[in-house]
Amino acid sequence: MNNIIKNFKNLEYGIAPEDSQDVYDWINKLPKPNNNFIDGQWQKPTSKKILTSINPATNKKLFSLNISNESDVNKAVKSAKKAHQFWKKLSSFERSKYLYSLARLIQKHSRFLAVLETIDNGKPIRETRDIDIPLVARHFYYHAGWAKNFDINKFNSIGVVGQIIPWNFPLLMLSWKIAPAIACGNTVVLKPAEYTSLTALYFAELCQKAKLPKGVVNIITGDASTGQHIVNNKIINKIAFTGSTEVGKKIISSTAKENKKLTMELGGKSPFIVFEDADLDSAVEGVVDAIWFNQGQVCCAGSRLLVQESIENKFIKKLKKRMQKLRVGNPLDKSIDIGAIVAPVQLKRIDRLVKEGKKEGAELWQPSWSCPKNGLFYPPTLFTNVTPASKIAQIEIFGPVLTSMTFRTPSELVSLANNTPYGLAASIWTENINLAMDIAPKIKAGVIWINSTNLFDASCGFGGYKESGFGREGGSEGIRSYTLNSLPVRSNKIKTSKNIKKIPHVIDRTPKLYIGGKQKRPDGGYSFPIYSYHKKEFICDVAKANRKDVRDSVEIASKALDKSMTNFNRSQILYYFAENLEKRKNNFEDLLVTLTGVSEKDAKKQFLKSCERLFFYAAYADKFEGVVHNPPLRGLTLGLKEHLGVLSIILSDDEPLLSLVTTMASVFSTGNTQIIIPGEKTSLISTELYQVLDTSDIPDGYINILTSKEHELISPLSKHENIDGIWYFRNSFKDQTEIIKSSTSNLKRFWCPKEKNIDWSNDSKNFLEEFLYQSTQVKNIWIPYGE
Amino acid sequence: MLKIKQKNFQLNEDWINNVKVNLSAVERRTSSLTKRRTVKKEYQVAWLLKAINLLDLTTLSGDDTFGKVEKLCHKALNPVSEIVISKLNIPYKSVKVGAVCVYHDLVSHAKELLSGKIPVAAVSTGFPAGLSSYQTRKKEIVNSINKGADEIDIVINRSFVIRNEWKKLYDEVKSFKECSKGKKIKAILGVGDIGTLRNVAKASLVAMMAGADFIKTSTGKEKTNANLNNSLVMLRMIREFYEYTGKKVGFKPAGGISTSKDVLSYLILINEELGSDWLKPELFRIGASSLLMDIERQLYHYVFGRYATNDKMAIA
Repeated sequence: MNNIIKNFKNLEYGIAPEDSQDVYDWINKLPKPNNNFIDGQWQKPTSKKILTSINPATNKKLFSLNISNESDVNKAVKSAKKAHQFWKKLSSFERSKYLYSLARLIQKHSRFLAVLETIDNGKPIRETRDIDIPLVARHFYYHAGWAKNFDINKFNSIGVVGQIIPWNFPLLMLSWKIAPAIACGNTVVLKPAEYTSLTALYFAELCQKAKLPKGVVNIITGDASTGQHIVNNKIINKIAFTGSTEVGKKIISSTAKENKKLTMELGGKSPFIVFEDADLDSAVEGVVDAIWFNQGQVCCAGSRLLVQESIENKFIKKLKKRMQKLRVGNPLDKSIDIGAIVAPVQLKRIDRLVKEGKKEGAELWQPSWSCPKNGLFYPPTLFTNVTPASKIAQIEIFGPVLTSMTFRTPSELVSLANNTPYGLAASIWTENINLAMDIAPKIKAGVIWINSTNLFDASCGFGGYKESGFGREGGSEGIRSYTLNSLPVRSNKIKTSKNIKKIPHVIDRTPKLYIGGKQKRPDGGYSFPIYSYHKKEFICDVAKANRKDVRDSVEIASKALDKSMTNFNRSQILYYFAENLEKRKNNFEDLLVTLTGVSEKDAKKQFLKSCERLFFYAAYADKFEGVVHNPPLRGLTLGLKEHLGVLSIILSDDEPLLSLVTTMASVFSTGNTQIIIPGEKTSLISTELYQVLDTSDIPDGYINILTSKEHELISPLSKHENIDGIWYFRNSFKDQTEIIKSSTSNLKRFWCPKEKNIDWSNDSKNFLEEFLYQSTQVKNIWIPYGE
Repeated sequence: MLKIKQKNFQLNEDWINNVKVNLSAVERRTSSLTKRRTVKKEYQVAWLLKAINLLDLTTLSGDDTFGKVEKLCHKALNPVSEIVISKLNIPYKSVKVGAVCVYHDLVSHAKELLSGKIPVAAVSTGFPAGLSSYQTRKKEIVNSINKGADEIDIVINRSFVIRNEWKKLYDEVKSFKECSKGKKIKAILGVGDIGTLRNVAKASLVAMMAGADFIKTSTGKEKTNANLNNSLVMLRMIREFYEYTGKKVGFKPAGGISTSKDVLSYLILINEELGSDWLKPELFRIGASSLLMDIERQLYHYVFGRYATNDKMAIA
């Protein structure tokens, strides 16, 4: 029968492959194995190790990848280090021109890049052509703008940044890493994932065309071992990593000693929430974009469907019907929805987890059609009858597998949605804006999409809460991740006075711990002595907290978070705090002189500054606001600054009242609860202060004080999984390393400033705002609208 | 879900009031859909020939004359030049349009010219505004049927939609259906006049409940006519109505569909949302006048490997 008549009767889509000849010609001309792009040139690797890279759609060899070794990495870092000296000094206009040129070049070669990406990664040409590559160009345009507006007087570049990117969005992740880094005057050594290095190599050719100064961008290929060399390199000042939470934690641990700056964009198990009053047909399409985008190999994939019980049957029926219509196959075909899984090992992992899901009793559903056999394909998969405890509901599968659960009420939904160690993204579907905006802040995730999903733009920050990582990519918040904000340091030691004050004989004091707004005896029943600075005269004994006191205070601090306060409340409380503190002027000045040996004049100064600092953060409590991003769509993205949760602050004895008040007030002003560990020798300052706290209407549990010996409590605090952030201002290298390593237990945010003799009296806005930034995280809420 | 097999459906206001449409999400679906599917080469030829089958070749102008209708009917019977058809090596008879759509005055003439080979549809009930007297509008239907019209394209009273007077809308469409003596009626919603996609969805439901055999986007005279967004919303309502009642209602987008690329988008949209079942003249029509010319040019290009000048395509 004539084909046309046959097609006329059946109306099939037929085949519509994108032409790939130019791209294959380019691949075939690559050296075998490839060279590295170092110092603006193609350099032969010194390593002899080679991997075979495949085309996932055919499972056939594509090219030979060189696995760079330590000496290759060192060469690249050396070049980047040298280039940084020149690049950071370049005028912002000059740097901007290079970024603009890269953006243009990406647009000029957009189809080539799309086809190359599809061949290397296996994702459908529709996605590379319509989503990945346009976003890459957008990212360079957007950051060309930041390069121009980068205020070199206000911020410094960091230096050499080591960047390790994943295989799921190879060129897009490259752009997320390189564009902001070089816009801010840093230079980079980037390693693409071993499965997907080709677009990075082509990008290097574009860098040459853009005449980017040599060494600003270095691209070296390799596997995890190469990545490890980058992480271990002592010259590299910052590591930016996108990948699994498991590897992210390893990187944090192995850079702990150097206290490297880090951006971690890690895994997720993001909820896709459908309320009964949603546009269900549209929500079904949302699911398609959430979990069958890029074969589900997306860190922010909406892999946990949470659907309101009243509409479950209806919704699942619609969803299955829709799944039946999805087309899996040759990703170069223009009519394909789902392409190939990136590598055999990944396909096996998906298959194994699905089998385990079935074993656990969940109900599996897949469309009736079958996938092509020769290539790495996996059908869209839906699990119903899933319990929150089951493996498939908890583990990030990184494949086209959706698990479905139901909820009854909004509050149940919030607990289900947050019932995961991850916190990358969430989608909320409802036609009720009140409901949507009520739920969005309650979900612990860095990105919330209202009635939409997987929307990205260079102008909006992207990044996680909890074990999904920290740092943001994109938007103004992303720029902060690539700038160095040094804290002010004192040029010389704090002056002490020879004028020794006599300690009056008074009734013995009994300083206790301060937990949940109450003075508590230490659980262990031990105390330690406090002496005067000059004569080492005994003053009194102070309560010694132990791990049980840590446990109790964390519990109380976590609970206190539920008592929500407006920022106006917090502001008033801090003003009142200042008012009450001022009344105890003599008391604190005397203590400062006795405990730290400063002159009365300096003690007065510190006291006055402390009251002023309270005013500063009282003022900021209702002024440290979020931003409204304007991505190119009909809608808004709200960049909210949210508190971290429970913060633990470990202080030194430096300027004890001022450092205590600065950290305490800043952390309180942003809505966190806190557990403060004052410097051992100056513990009395904090125990004196809790009486002021008591009279200042600070809600119980918001500020807790545990006094203790210098090296104690480090381990229970840094390991505790209900502490969301930990700050360390002391000098012990060993304790600091332990804190950073132990922070990986729940990926708590750690801040251990490199500057060890901080000038707490400095009034610069940059310095004081840093505490606010460090105690908050940005949540981006996307709100498309229209009727 | 319970399927109710019956001819007339009660007005179900709960259902109507519960309709939810999210504009941004609808737009994302239509903009990605046209990039998720494509048809090329001989597949495209087959789809375009199918589009001809689904065409309501239309002339609805104030200056329509017998002469104009003659040309139209001739084109309806011979939509693609013989030389292209023979090169495609397909039976000549298989290529004809779905119907011819005209004003009442020209129905009998068209009927005569087509001699039953192609149905004749008449626009009715005060087309395009639908605001003449209720009795006149009903009478119009009867008159056109008496003149031989096979299908009636009625316009709904848009003010009922704007004022959410669903009962009045339901009753009126139902009475039009009763006047049509078993002939198919296509209810024109006037999507450009009723403001929101939510209203489009609700009006679709009411028209279907009242017995419309087709729901049609627009008269072609409003500022906004058929587009993929309002079509998607109507198709989703057709699907929901089918799932609930078991009755398959047809769909007719009209106005502004003038290129092959456009029409393929609609075919793909229907194929994806409702399935290939709906891709037949009984359930899908495209109201258009200049579209056919462009389809013919595409077929010509496929056959001869070059684009033809418009002068080689017979005008309707």
